[in-house]
Formats: sequence, structure tokens, C-alpha cells
Amino acid sequence: MKQVLTAEELSRALKRMAHQILEHNKGSHELVLMGIRTRGIPLAHRLAAVIAEVEGEPVPTGGLDVTLYRDDYARTGPLPLGRTQLPASADGEVGLDGRTVVLVDDVLYTGRTIRAALDALMDYGRPRAVQLAVLVDRGHRELPIRADYVGKNLPTSAEEEVRVHITESDGIDEVLVGAGAAPAGGVGSSSP
Amino acid sequence: MINDLLAISDLDAAQIGRILDTADGLKDIALRPIKKVPVLRGRTVCNLFYEDSTRTRISFELAAKRLSADVINFSAKGSSVSKGESLKDTALTLQAMGVDAIVIRHSASGAPQQLTRWVDAKVLNAGDGWHQHPTQALLDLYTIRDRFGRLEGLRVAIIGDVFHSRVARSLVQGLTTMGAEVTLVGPPTLLPPGVDSWGVTVSHDVDEVLGEIDVCYLLRVQQERMDEQFFPSSREYARIWGIDRDRLARLPQGAIVMHPGPMNRGVEISADAADAPNSVIVEQVSNGIAVRMSCLYLMLGAEQRADGGFL
Amino acid sequence: MTAEFTFTDVRLVDPAADRDEVTNVTVAGGIVTATDRSSAGLRIDCAGLVLAPGLVDLHVHLREPGREDAETVASGTAAAAMGGFTAVCPMANTDPVTDHAGVVEQVLRLAREAGHCEVFPVGAVTRGLAGEELAEMGAMAALGVRCFSDDGMPVRSAQVMRRALEYAKTWDAIICNHAEEPTLTGGAEMNEGQLSTLLGLAGWPREAEEIMIARDLLLAHGLNARLHVPHVSTAGSVALLRQAKLRGTRVTAEAAPHHFTLTEELVRTYDPVYRVNPPLRTRSDVEAVRAGLADGTLDAIATDHAPHPPEQKDQEWSQAPNGMLGLETALALTLTELVGDEDAGSVLSMKQAIAALSTNPARSRDIGGHGGPVEPGAPANLVLFDPAARWTVDDRALQSRSRNTPYAGMQLRGRVIHTLLRGRFTVRDGALAPRDAAEADRMQSRDAGEADGLQSRDAGEADGLQSLDAVEVTP
Repeated sequence: MKQVLTAEELSRALKRMAHQILEHNKGSHELVLMGIRTRGIPLAHRLAAVIAEVEGEPVPTGGLDVTLYRDDYARTGPLPLGRTQLPASADGEVGLDGRTVVLVDDVLYTGRTIRAALDALMDYGRPRAVQLAVLVDRGHRELPIRADYVGKNLPTSAEEEVRVHITESDGIDEVLVGAGAAPAGGVGSSSP
Repeated sequence: MINDLLAISDLDAAQIGRILDTADGLKDIALRPIKKVPVLRGRTVCNLFYEDSTRTRISFELAAKRLSADVINFSAKGSSVSKGESLKDTALTLQAMGVDAIVIRHSASGAPQQLTRWVDAKVLNAGDGWHQHPTQALLDLYTIRDRFGRLEGLRVAIIGDVFHSRVARSLVQGLTTMGAEVTLVGPPTLLPPGVDSWGVTVSHDVDEVLGEIDVCYLLRVQQERMDEQFFPSSREYARIWGIDRDRLARLPQGAIVMHPGPMNRGVEISADAADAPNSVIVEQVSNGIAVRMSCLYLMLGAEQRADGGFL
Repeated sequence: MTAEFTFTDVRLVDPAADRDEVTNVTVAGGIVTATDRSSAGLRIDCAGLVLAPGLVDLHVHLREPGREDAETVASGTAAAAMGGFTAVCPMANTDPVTDHAGVVEQVLRLAREAGHCEVFPVGAVTRGLAGEELAEMGAMAALGVRCFSDDGMPVRSAQVMRRALEYAKTWDAIICNHAEEPTLTGGAEMNEGQLSTLLGLAGWPREAEEIMIARDLLLAHGLNARLHVPHVSTAGSVALLRQAKLRGTRVTAEAAPHHFTLTEELVRTYDPVYRVNPPLRTRSDVEAVRAGLADGTLDAIATDHAPHPPEQKDQEWSQAPNGMLGLETALALTLTELVGDEDAGSVLSMKQAIAALSTNPARSRDIGGHGGPVEPGAPANLVLFDPAARWTVDDRALQSRSRNTPYAGMQLRGRVIHTLLRGRFTVRDGALAPRDAAEADRMQSRDAGEADGLQSRDAGEADGLQSLDAVEVTP
């Protein structure tokens, strides 16, 4: 597999995305971040850390488990469930109603995970707006979904596999691309 | 994936663990404003209840509906069932209608197993005769694990009419599979033959056992048993094996009291003990929905695997 | 023209004459005419086959009158003939109960008309099987009934049982009590033990059977009356019988094939085809029953053939009735499981097996003309079977109206080829033979004086007799 993003490049991309989020939303007022399990969550927390440094105020951050909203249950069968944590601040849980939710994920591929995430979000409340931040956009969309903030555009072929490693879970920051059995469609292990 | 859920003895520790872990993930749905997820959308679950049990049926109904499944209820009263339609004919009708899962409660032991011969749908045993009540045992295991963080090595006393109890049979199997230590307590007439082969300790002395347990699980003791001479009177039963305030006080700090419900206040538990703070009876009920959701979720995972679909 | 034929080179197993040897057996005019090496008439080559006195079943339920949806006298006796039986004893728990002469006559007539097998009806001990008032044994005895039983129900009261045993002595008749202490078996569904606990089914303690047997043995002994114990199922029961016989009690006993072949493990399936009274027990009980048959403590194998229509057996276990079919599989089961290869591993020798299936039952109930000895002058009630032939039990291909055999799909060894009732083929080449009405009239006669001049009704019959090997017809 070939390394297409080093740890330094990854860090710079996240910083840039954080600034873009602030610029687009004119600050962090009423902003919450929701990372999509699994690797979206630590990425969301990193973005939140940068935003907090710039704005001087913390951004409520949470994690979303979309397993129960997937469209491919028939193919995969029951998968292990994770817990969803609504964004929290120092004062406790902060709802989604009326807020701008920025979904954060590591790889955007077919778009089906994001579709599931949107359905999940709606069952938790009614955000004013939903935006999407992804570290890598590898193309091959199967649904009309687009990211608002992209760390790196990475055109790939369907046969290739994209692997994102994050220090929090994998001990190293990097993005790799190489030959591998890419998931045919629907939500796969590299969380497209 | 689980296939039919007929008896706890069909599950190993890994499978039980999986069901409990999944229930953890589903529990929060009850706390959200929208208490529904779409995962079983378009699936049909039939509640086939030959025994009256509003509480259990509602629990299953809620569990299925929260997973977005369609639910149909077939209760013994006021349906073709009460007009004498045989179990086999009812089964064939459901088979023709194409339901995905059948939750069956029946007074005849073995009825769920017989049902599997006639339908392709998954069968979930919601209680059959004296035989098994798997989801009750699972929700009890969940409640205990939730409280203590583990099941292995915990000391559980099950007190009451073990003989006629499907809950007891399922629960003992579940506890021993997960490594807990079980003591059965009651008069010899209410402990069934062969119980010493269950891997449990047996005692007829409640007071001897109370000081050293983590969980005090009480079984219903029904009036009919007195009529059938299993013990002379409820008064004598309550005096020797019933749990009252004094006995409650002798439980170790942190121990919990459980009961599958409904309670016979004044027999296995005194009125003033029933609402004691260390009773987790209410939690058992709410956990019941999550556990039943977990079972339905794991059973109706679509395509049958070639190996038969066990976890 | 009289049909005359000889079974040649056949292994004649005749316990009544203590014979087990290869010889010829000639039949003419409805009786056996020779059992030496002579031959006459059509020769039927029987090399490798066994000829025995027709089997006698002491315990069947023919269900008619009252439960014709399950079985009739015609279908039940047809099943019996297929199983190699020439005489069966239908029990009295019909509807109406066989507690008076009228029903006895009806059953006798129905059997005569069907012509497949002879019946020796068992009368009830008490009116309506209620266990309170004695039935009119005398009226039934006048029709030849020599055994009375409330089977299905026990005679609860020791007092009533005692009276019945004593009263029956008038005719030297036998009381056969269904051994079940009812206060111990209320709601019982299977053998009591570890397995019943595990399966959540109400248990049938062994003591329920043994208490009754002990009671009846003591009562019979005290009166020197004749007792027969049906469907023995526990090791304890066998032990009690062994002791009683040593003491000289006038008792005979029977065991059903399911009690020497099947155990309670089958109940794990909850398939009601395995539900029976007394219930299937454990391995050690099965071994004890086999030992009882081997040492003669248990005199007879009796099927307790109990048909139930499929919709009744296809219910929840707790609602299904008790009972299994037995007539068409008894011989094969005995040969497969007890006789086997006739070596050191066999529980019974071929002679002992035939004794249990034919000679002993006939003797224990004073049934004349059946059970052997197969000698000149004896009525030709015979069965010819192939002990080595293998076949698979098909519950849809039985003569019985019902299908509740626990052996469906099992491969057994031993197949009936011909069954002869007074020299007439009731089963020919393994299939039920068509019967003729005129012939059927001559069949059953209780009067020994009536000579059955068996005539071949149509010339075609003699030609129709198929030989197993083409042989010459001796002039």
C-alpha cells in the first residue's frame, strides 16, 4: 500500500478544515460536531480542539453510531452496535435542535454512510443545518451526497482500498491506498 | 445471528454475551424523543400468545415496533385459536401469510419446538409450560450484569417453586453458563427430581443462605401448589421461606432482590419487603424491552448463513 | 377341490413341541397334515425362511365400536395379519365399553366378516371402566371371554380388584389390571426423572406402576386367582414379577416392543408419537425388560396397539393422547433387536422369540388352536417369514387406519411373507390377501366339533398360490 498522506499533512489538513468551518459558519456559535463511528469521532475531537483554540470557546462534540440505519442489513446481518453520544459541553448534554451539525468522517465513498447518518440525526432532533467534513474524498458516489469540507481529494479505482490510520486507535497518523478487495457498494469497512 | 430461540441451553457463553452487549447498544433508544430505528423495517413479527400475559406481550410488541417491524397479535382469546383451531393449523396459516418471526407463549412445554416443524419463520419462545423462558433469563442476566459489571463468580440464590418454574430452569442454565454460583432454596417438594445434576447447590434453609449472596431471586409460589399439597399453607411457607423485612436486612450490603413478577405478596415476599430499595424489579421490566429488541435484531438479520446462523 | 400344499425345506420353529429344525410342513383342508419330510400338493420352496405358529397378541385396541376414525375391527385385524398374527385380544375400552355381551358379539361378528384374523375379546372388569361395580362377567364368559381388563384405566379400589379376582375364578378366568396408581400420575406426561425436569413435563414415577403390581400380586396370591400384568415397563416391576413367580403366584405378564426398544430420550423432540402409557423409560429399564423376556419372567410380547388419528397426535405434547401402533412391526422389532444374528449377543433365541410372540400368549390365556404345536390335526394358523429380509417402515403404507408408529423411517429385519388362518392365506407374498365372504363365515368357530372343510372357493385360488420358486406339482 502507498502512503498518500503523512502525519504532518494530515494535521495540516485538519487545521485548514477547522478554519474553513469557522469561516463558512462565521464563528462557532450554535455549532456542534458529530463524529461518525469509528474514526470520525477522534477526528471530530481534533477539529473541536483546533476550533476551541482559535475561538477561545469549546465546541460541543459527540459521536454517532449509524449501524441501525444502514441500508445493507440484509447483506451483512446484525453487526455489533456502538453507542451514540450526543454532543456534550462542560454543562452536560447539548441537543441538536436548532444547531448547525457538522458531521465528521474519515472517508467519503459511496455516500451511504452519510445517508444513514442523516436519518440517525433526524431521530435525535431537528438541526438547523447539517454540514459534512471528511478527511478523504475518494469519489464513486452512489447517492447525491457531497462534502462541505474535504481534507484531501483522492481519486481511486473501485478495486483499490483506502485505509485511514489515526493515532488514537491505530498508533499512527497516515492514509494509505493500495490494492485490496474494495467493498462493492454500500457501507464497508473503510467507512466510505 | 441466532436461529430460533427456544431454550437457554441452546446458547453458549459467547452467544449470551453477544445478546447482552447488543442490548446495551439498543437501550438508549428508549430515552430518545423518537424511540424507533428503521433496522427491521418491513419485517413482520407475530405474537402468538396462548397464555394470557399482557405484560410480556406488550414488552415484545414494543421491542418489535421500536425496531420498525410490523406486529400482529394472536391471542388465545377471541380468535380462531379459542374456537379450537389446532396449533398446527394456526402455524400453517401464519406460514402462508409469510411472517418473519413468531413469538410464542404456550402452556404446553415443547410447543415452540413443535412449531418450528411447521413454519419457516424464526421462532422465539416467550415461555412454554414449565420448560423455558429464555428472554426472561436473558433480561435477568442483563440486569445483574448491569448492576455488578460481571456475572462470573457472583453468588445467586433462587428461592421458591423451582419445580413448576420455567424461569428457574432458564435462569439456572444462563447463570451457570456465565460462571455464576447458584443455590436453590425451597422445600424438597418444590425442588424437582434431578436438580442436583444442574451444577447448583441445594438448601432448604433460607436463613443459612441469605448472608452470603449477591442476588436474591424470588420465584412465584402459587396458591394452586398449596391445594396440591406441595406445602401445607401459605402461612407456613411464608414463615420458613418467605422474604420479609428482617430477612431483607440480613442481605449483604450491595445485594439485590429480583422477581420475575407478578408477585404474590404475603407468600414469597412480604408486602413491606416488596418495595425495598435494593429491589431491582422495575429495572428488570425496562431491561426486558432492550433485551427483547436485541433478540429480534439478532434473529432477523436476513440471510440465513450456510452454517445455520448461530452467533 | 381341497387346496393342499407343502412348505418345503422350511425352518419350523415350534416352541410348543420344542422344535427348531428344517423340515416340510403340509397343510390341507385347513389343518396341518404333516410335519415330516413328506410332501403333497403344491410345493412352496421355503429355503432360508421360518415357519411358526401364527402370532398371538394379548393386547390390542381395535377402537371399534366408537373410534372408527382411528381404527376398525377390519383395519386392525388386517394390520394384525400383516404382522403375522392369527389371533388378537381386543381390549374393552371401546365406546360403548365392552362390559356386556352385546359388544362382545359385535366385535366377534365384525372380525368374522373381515376374515383377517381371529379375535378373542377382552371384557371389562367394571361397568363403564369406572372401577366401582363389577361388569357381567358371566354373560361375557358365555361367549367365550376368558380375560377381563379395564385397560386404559386402573382398578383403583383394592376391594373391587379383590372381588373381581375372586369372582373370575368361577370360569378360571384372568383379570388383567392396567397398573397405574392414579393419585401419583395426575397430569403425568413422561417418565419422571432428570429428563422430565429438564423438559418441563410432569413426571410419571416408577412407583405408580410398581405399587399397583405389588398390590395385585399380593391379592392374586392370597386368593390363588389368575392375574395378568399388561405392558410392564420398569425394572422394579420385572423384579416384583420374578419374585412372585418364585413364590408360585399364578401370574403371567407381557411387555410391549416399545418398552424393549425405545427410551425417554426420544421425548426431547416433543413429538407426540412418543407419548405412551406407561411412558418410555430409561436404558436400564429397557435392559431389565429384555432380561425379563429372556428368563421367562415376562411371558409374552404384546403390542398394546393403540391407534390415534393424525390430527390427535399432531398436537402439543400435553394435549396429545397416549399410544403407539404395534401390530405391523412387532415381529420385525423382536427379530431385529432381540434375536439379531442368533449369536452370543442375542437376548432371545428364535425359539424363545416365537414362544413370546405366539406360544406363551396362547397358553397364558387358554386360547386353543393357536400358538402351536404345529402337528397333524392342528388348525393351520401359521406365519411364514424371512428373518433376513430388510425393509423400511413407512407410516403411510400401513394397513392400520392410523399412522402413529414411532418406527417410521426405521429399517428393520424380518418380513412376513404368508400368514395363514385355518389354512387360508390372509397375507400372501407380503400383501393382504383378498377375502371371500362365504369363506369368512366358516372362519371362526368356538365349537371344536365343527370341522372346517376348507374348500378352495374358486379354482383360481390354487393356481393363484404363488410359489417362491417354480416347482413341480406333485400329483
